[in-house]
Amino acid sequence: MLALDVEKRLGDFFIAVRFESAGGVTALFGASGAGKTTVANMIAGLIAPDRGRIALDHTALFDSSARINVPAHRRRIGYVFQEGRLFPHLSVAANLDYGRRMHGLARDSAEMARIVNLLDIGNLLERRPGRLSGGERQRVAVGRALLMHPRLLLLDEPLASLDETRKREILPYLERLRDNARVPMVYVSHNAGELARLATSVVLIDGGRVAAVGGPELLANRP
Amino acid sequence: MLDLSPDEWVAIRLSLKIAVVATAAALPFGLAVAWLLARRSFWGKALLDGLIHLPLVLPPVVTGYLLLISFGRRGPIGAFLADNLGIVFSFRWTGAALACAIMGFPLLVRPLRLAIEAIDRKLEDAAATLGADRLWVFLTVTLPLAMPGLIAGMVLCFAKALGEFGATITFVSNIPGETQTISAAIYSFTQIPGGDAAAGRLVAVAIVISLAALVAAEWLARRAGMRFHGEG
Repeated sequence: MLALDVEKRLGDFFIAVRFESAGGVTALFGASGAGKTTVANMIAGLIAPDRGRIALDHTALFDSSARINVPAHRRRIGYVFQEGRLFPHLSVAANLDYGRRMHGLARDSAEMARIVNLLDIGNLLERRPGRLSGGERQRVAVGRALLMHPRLLLLDEPLASLDETRKREILPYLERLRDNARVPMVYVSHNAGELARLATSVVLIDGGRVAAVGGPELLANRP
Repeated sequence: MLDLSPDEWVAIRLSLKIAVVATAAALPFGLAVAWLLARRSFWGKALLDGLIHLPLVLPPVVTGYLLLISFGRRGPIGAFLADNLGIVFSFRWTGAALACAIMGFPLLVRPLRLAIEAIDRKLEDAAATLGADRLWVFLTVTLPLAMPGLIAGMVLCFAKALGEFGATITFVSNIPGETQTISAAIYSFTQIPGGDAAAGRLVAVAIVISLAALVAAEWLARRAGMRFHGEG
């Protein structure tokens, strides 16, 4: 379970967000510039909040009153970025293996095969990221985040840089992920249609604040 | 082909040794300084930047003289190193390597710094979320992506070390077999009657080595660059 109660000032923009998520796919939904990515970065440990507390499964990742700030590399939170951020100098296979190596985990070829199969990226393993299409790149990015055995998977607009055809190509993989992977997910997006297919709960963010919390029905009648 | 005398071979081997050692010794410091200048803001950053570039703009003789009074047998640093660690620079080939490393340092740092500045820091963030601490981020992401700049810097440093003359001769003199590099030997040969032929041979050698370093660097940089575009 993820529990978040944080404040962060960025210039003139003030973010004060508080919500809990029990598991499944929690959608962080809101317009561009609402502060969603900043919230995701605070959960991942890439940005420190000014004040507040972030806890995952009842252990604190950040707590300003107790002076706790677990660094990103020890949080074990998988992060799929909008632009993929695959390492250009490594093959797809080495990208997928990166998290396991950094965590000093034993090689697990069954798990690798399962993820590669789930995301249908077996034919890409020898390629360099520069030679992948946008959709392939994002599937590899999802696989890379999953293979480090994350406690939570963050996806920040993973489909935003893709055209409609590519989006329709990837959504089924994300649905399979939700149904098979047993990893709780926080899915950041401004696209209600995308989220309606994936989300189990929705946190509506507007102007740096939580405007509403509820089920997927919150997404009805929104663009 | 060139018919080189044993003395000329000694000068060539010594030059190569000094240039290789100078480049290798400058490398870890160059990496640290380039990373600091590219990624950190701290008090005295402009001063550090200026200090590093000083050998590029100072007359080499001045740099050599400063080395002599600080790293010489009676200089404060030289005396300390000799008494405590047994490292002696003055009038040794190691002193020539030190002079060359300092003269080549700005040429090593500059392309390396530019290469590190050009790296997308978001990739480093991604590595951190995957469990890489600072050192591993540097070793597995920053350094490989900065490789073309690293190669360029090392070649420039090596070439500078190979051709260094003023600082070296001021600091460690021109002793055949110990501190007499190709450049110093060419200078000596031009000072004695009938030395033209020997000087000419060493000039040819210097041109060949420099060109070979340039070609090797071009090839390595191309290979490193190619890997990012999926052809490797």
